[in-house]
Amino acid sequence: MKLYIRSSACVSPQNTFNHEGFLNDIVEYTGTRLKAIEPDYKQFIDPKQIRRMSHVIKMGVAAAKQCLIDADVDMPGAIITGTALGCIEDTVTFLTRIIEQQEELLPPTAFIQSTHNTVAAQIALMLKCHSYNSTFVHKGISFESALFDAIMMLKEQDAENVLVGGTEEMVDTSFKILTRLGLYKRQPVSNLSLFVPSSKGTIGGEGAVFFLLTSEDSSANLAELTGLKILYKPKSIEESITVFLKSHSLTIDDIDMMITGRNGDIKNDAVYEQLNGSLFKNTSLANYKHLCGEYPVSSSFALWMAANILKSGVVPEIIRERIVGEDTNNGEADNASPKTILIYNHYQNKYHSLMLVSAI
Amino acid sequence: MSSSVYIAGVGAISAIGNNVAEHLASFKNEEAGMGDITLLDTIHRQKLPVAEVKLSNDELVAITGLPKNISRTTLLSMVAANEALTDAAIPDFGSLRTGFVSANSVGGMDKSEDFFIDFLADNNKGKLRNIFDHECGSMTELVADKLGVSDFMTTISTACSSSANAIFYAARLIKNDILDVVIAGGTDALTKFTLNGFNTLMILDKEFCKPFDEHREGLNLGEGAGYVVLVSEKVMQTLAKAPYCKLSGYNNSNDAYHQTASSPDGTGSYLAMQGALKKSGLTPADIDYINLHGTGTPNNDSAEGTAIKRLFDPSYPPMSSTKSYTGHTLGASGGIEAVFSVLAIKHGIIYPNLRFETPMDELPFEPETKYLSGQDIKHVMSNSFGFGGNCTSLIFSRI
Repeated sequence: MKLYIRSSACVSPQNTFNHEGFLNDIVEYTGTRLKAIEPDYKQFIDPKQIRRMSHVIKMGVAAAKQCLIDADVDMPGAIITGTALGCIEDTVTFLTRIIEQQEELLPPTAFIQSTHNTVAAQIALMLKCHSYNSTFVHKGISFESALFDAIMMLKEQDAENVLVGGTEEMVDTSFKILTRLGLYKRQPVSNLSLFVPSSKGTIGGEGAVFFLLTSEDSSANLAELTGLKILYKPKSIEESITVFLKSHSLTIDDIDMMITGRNGDIKNDAVYEQLNGSLFKNTSLANYKHLCGEYPVSSSFALWMAANILKSGVVPEIIRERIVGEDTNNGEADNASPKTILIYNHYQNKYHSLMLVSAI
Repeated sequence: MSSSVYIAGVGAISAIGNNVAEHLASFKNEEAGMGDITLLDTIHRQKLPVAEVKLSNDELVAITGLPKNISRTTLLSMVAANEALTDAAIPDFGSLRTGFVSANSVGGMDKSEDFFIDFLADNNKGKLRNIFDHECGSMTELVADKLGVSDFMTTISTACSSSANAIFYAARLIKNDILDVVIAGGTDALTKFTLNGFNTLMILDKEFCKPFDEHREGLNLGEGAGYVVLVSEKVMQTLAKAPYCKLSGYNNSNDAYHQTASSPDGTGSYLAMQGALKKSGLTPADIDYINLHGTGTPNNDSAEGTAIKRLFDPSYPPMSSTKSYTGHTLGASGGIEAVFSVLAIKHGIIYPNLRFETPMDELPFEPETKYLSGQDIKHVMSNSFGFGGNCTSLIFSRI
């Protein structure tokens, strides 16, 4: 059974949401934290609710609703989300009040909205969707876990289509703590030169990306989702990638473009550097974390990007690291649109994921 | 896809026992696990009863061999998951495709609370090791590492239905021929965060809870962990002892009514129970026991009861809420109650619903109040419903 991405909507630190063109109006940030550009929520959410909702709920609901509009689907067969930290804004609010008010006279709203499944639940509530509804919360593979479930569900033919997404918000508290844990660079940098000077640390990000996955063949589909593999502490990632490709009757030569999860941190990027010089030596390379920042479900941004490259045939200049054959092709590589893209991301070198996407 | 999924092992820790045998003894003796708060430093001590696991963190560290200073949620998970895997005694475990699917609701919140006290006073203070494992996925990863599972792991968090969904998901991983063996369930330790959260919703009973009683006033929070080991048909044939039962049905439906409250007619609960029956190919009359979600809140028991009435009327199987023993263990409850459901089939027992006195006006049935043994139990339904309208029902069937 073939599975397709019918539509995708992306709230990110770039102009990606309801925007004419594809990564054609790039936003430069200086610092170590990229904040999502807020959509006009009034189009999607009752104004009374907007005030009560945290950032991640609003981003998630807006991306989910836009994704359904783009797919021309009113009621999805399942709603599945992935998030590592969930509704961290409401969690911090409630925790802070417990301590500051010494457990007295606490309002319930922040607690009610703090559960990790709030985004998926709010989408179901707004759509009055009684179907399967789940939320995966496993660190850097939260989105991949949700996607894995969506793929299984379609294969089981328990749903004709599935709304699946990754959502993550960064709040001041999590940014401060993650900075103290050493995740981010010590000095402010331009996100557009993230890969230039190799140093310790990356930049933080956030966003909400949803996809409507379907088993229905249609010219409206953006791309085919050909494969997904999640690996935990693989002995050899190079071998794992080769085995994965082989399971889809492919070799690395069949891959027109690799999108890798480089994030500007020397240690994090070492595995990509190594592969770029070996297995991926003759493959075109693209990056994405300079656009959206590093966050646990950032691979959802990469999948959005891949689907759009395959649909539009355009590889935006801003994401290119290396285009193979550019020099020998009289500079016409711009028109050589990739047909098969492999996304490879890892999270702290423990969790690795491979997503294979093809043109329809 | 048509192959069956078997339950080969069970493990549980809660306020009424540190292992499965202790749970069975507590049920028989009708000993509930609630009492005064002793573990949390909170203003609610002596005011709100909770159901604590009767082991300190130091004792849990000694039992599990896990490092000191990690979340109690992880420690509880390790005890029950290890018991389940040991019980299953799967030959050549290391050569099989194995997975660990665990659930919890607030991750390492017990440690984050300690961190936050210092952090709020000064953002450069607070021991980082107390916040490092805040994420829900950390609990799963630490336990999976210790169990020697690395082919597949993930964490589900759908509030109080979390671990029922973990078991459901695990069964699908086997049916889709992705894994041979999955340890699945959930864990949650008591925290000030959840205690205060439920308190703000005014759904905590100041006395021991009375599920499905007309005069019920709310739930008691509990803590614990519960896991089952699910195996494929092929692995089942290699087992030295017979498996407990099959997981024959499951369904996850959403109430889509309110973020925390259940709809008056229990739409989500009804759809979950109906969907699980359909999946298993059974009718309501085939169900021999329902392990209720039965939190003891006016809203839950009314919605769940109404949904049961819609589906089962006019003949009702015996049913009870074991939360009258364990309290509501949140993200762990679906896992713990799955273990109880499996044991009900294995030992032919129906657990009493403690402290039940007055039938609910709106319902034509009442829960079982006596401990019954020697019962012929073929099919058990286990309900788990949560915030966000997440409703999941599982059905376990004798082989």
